[in-house]
Amino acid sequence: MKLSSGTIRLIIPAASLVLLLAAVFYMQPRAMSYTGLNLLFNLAVPIALATIAQMLIMSVNDLDLSMGTFVSFCACVSATFLQSSPALGILIFLGAIATYALIGVVIYVRDLPSIVVTLGMSFVWGGIAVLILPSPGGTAPTWARWLMTAKPPLVPMAIVASILIAAVTHYIVMRSSFGVLMRGVGGNDRSVERAGWSVLGLRAATYALAGFFAVLAGIALVGLTTSADANIALRYTLLSIAGVILGGGQFVGGKVSPIGAVIGALTLTLAGSFLSFMRISPDWQIGAQGAILIVVLALRLALNRLEKREKSQ
Amino acid sequence: MSLNRLLIAKPWIWSFAATITVWIVTVLFTGGASSFGLSQAALTFAAFSVVVGIGQMFVITLGPGNIDLSVPATMTLSGTLALKLMDVQDGMIVVGLLASIGIGLIIGIGNYVLIKALRIPPIIATLSMSFIVQSVAIWSNRGLRIKPPETLASFATSSLFGIPNVALVALILSIIAWVLLEKSIYGRWISAIGQSTFAARMAGIPVDGTRLVTYMLCAVLASVCGYLLASFSGGAALNMGSEYLLMSIAVVVIGGTAVAGGNSNIPGIWGASLFMFLVVSMLNTYGFGAGFRLILTGLIIIAVILLAGGRQSLR
Repeated sequence: MKLSSGTIRLIIPAASLVLLLAAVFYMQPRAMSYTGLNLLFNLAVPIALATIAQMLIMSVNDLDLSMGTFVSFCACVSATFLQSSPALGILIFLGAIATYALIGVVIYVRDLPSIVVTLGMSFVWGGIAVLILPSPGGTAPTWARWLMTAKPPLVPMAIVASILIAAVTHYIVMRSSFGVLMRGVGGNDRSVERAGWSVLGLRAATYALAGFFAVLAGIALVGLTTSADANIALRYTLLSIAGVILGGGQFVGGKVSPIGAVIGALTLTLAGSFLSFMRISPDWQIGAQGAILIVVLALRLALNRLEKREKSQ
Repeated sequence: MSLNRLLIAKPWIWSFAATITVWIVTVLFTGGASSFGLSQAALTFAAFSVVVGIGQMFVITLGPGNIDLSVPATMTLSGTLALKLMDVQDGMIVVGLLASIGIGLIIGIGNYVLIKALRIPPIIATLSMSFIVQSVAIWSNRGLRIKPPETLASFATSSLFGIPNVALVALILSIIAWVLLEKSIYGRWISAIGQSTFAARMAGIPVDGTRLVTYMLCAVLASVCGYLLASFSGGAALNMGSEYLLMSIAVVVIGGTAVAGGNSNIPGIWGASLFMFLVVSMLNTYGFGAGFRLILTGLIIIAVILLAGGRQSLR
């Protein structure tokens, strides 16, 4: 049986998710139900969307350090403008997406380090979020609330949403010609340029798409929490980067995997629940999360070595 | 023409020019009354950014992808454990300092073991490490706020000839770092690795050893900074390092160190650290709210990097 290298790269993230899930079920059999699964994975939906956004940026060899503050900003807009005057809210989101495209263009044209530009932007988004919501508050739009708390038959909403996100982004990134070009920019932007494509346009589109998914993450988050706060999603910056890497993505070379990224986000979310089921003292929960991250990455290394050995035989 | 060449050869001049502008604008607003106090506060707070910034700079010099995200956690753990160990006794000051250096060494080695042995990208390795370090800090802190020993606290908060002591410490560390970077073989090695790891390895440079030492150096500087900061602010707090994560990266880049690695400079870190503090205090004196202050800080960072980026394309 021959597996493509893409499939092999997915095995470890998927296996670690299954293993973690099995451990959770073993410790808490009651989690093995519709409600249980929904509770376990509910918060994964906005994280998965943010991870996809980060993955898009990483596919063109950049890194977005403003992801957390941008999702917080989007959550604040969703809980205020989008709820009270939807037209204005949508306009703000369009402006934000256009800003993302502009950042992509500026980074490319001036050949700037993306880390620093997005670092600066993280202050900007954070500042705007504080201006919109100086103190926690706001209300989620009814439809966002409905969407996130919907109870489809048989499979919980969180799972349906994750599969949907993975399928849609898999199509965009791996199957569509835009996705191929985008990953091409990450792999070798010169050849893409020489083949007659506009790297500038491709990067702008990639950034805009990332902005769009981050906006969705903000809306989904507010749909779950019902209110927002300027600091609500700060940890998403690091979570999204970790999710992409956990899912088999790489920092350079346009090697990304949307399905892996969603699985990575689910794994990170589940790790939190797993630790609370283990009754680990809250002091050590963050540390144990770091340890889980290390173990999964070590497993990946072991598998890569195995793969190489098989190839050389 | 020669001015142009000077500006290209010494990128740190930009950050100092910006710093002086902001200082003048702020002092003008207050009618000159605050010039001494402002300068002292700027030197004090810039000193902490300088110490962590130098460590981060060495790591960034190693080339693309090298970055240390465990700086805030290291600062917190070192501050917490050192104060706990010293237990308000003056006699234990040196022991506390040595302990915090030891903590830095261990964390630095841990970081590099993860990077090397598990081949984890540095950004994720140091992130995982910082989670673990933060947990140890939470566990050992237990919400207690232990005061620093009397002598140490007064040393950290007082000044010599009008210059704050912490700024003097930062200055001494910067001079050592400058000698290391510009005059020692180690400095040549990290620049070579940053420019091309492959070529450096071919040239017989001990790449792994050099990288290990660099991550250790960064962690040690972060832990020394945590020790100083905890003594300065009268106790360690669990979130005391958090703002230094972005700060340490920002000062390095604004200071003119190439993010792609292989080219760094220390004076720029001073300029950038002073600049970052003065911008915030300028916006404060002009009475801006927290939101506007954040937005303007971000826009200024982007404006600086836009200007500085144009400089590189001149070459």
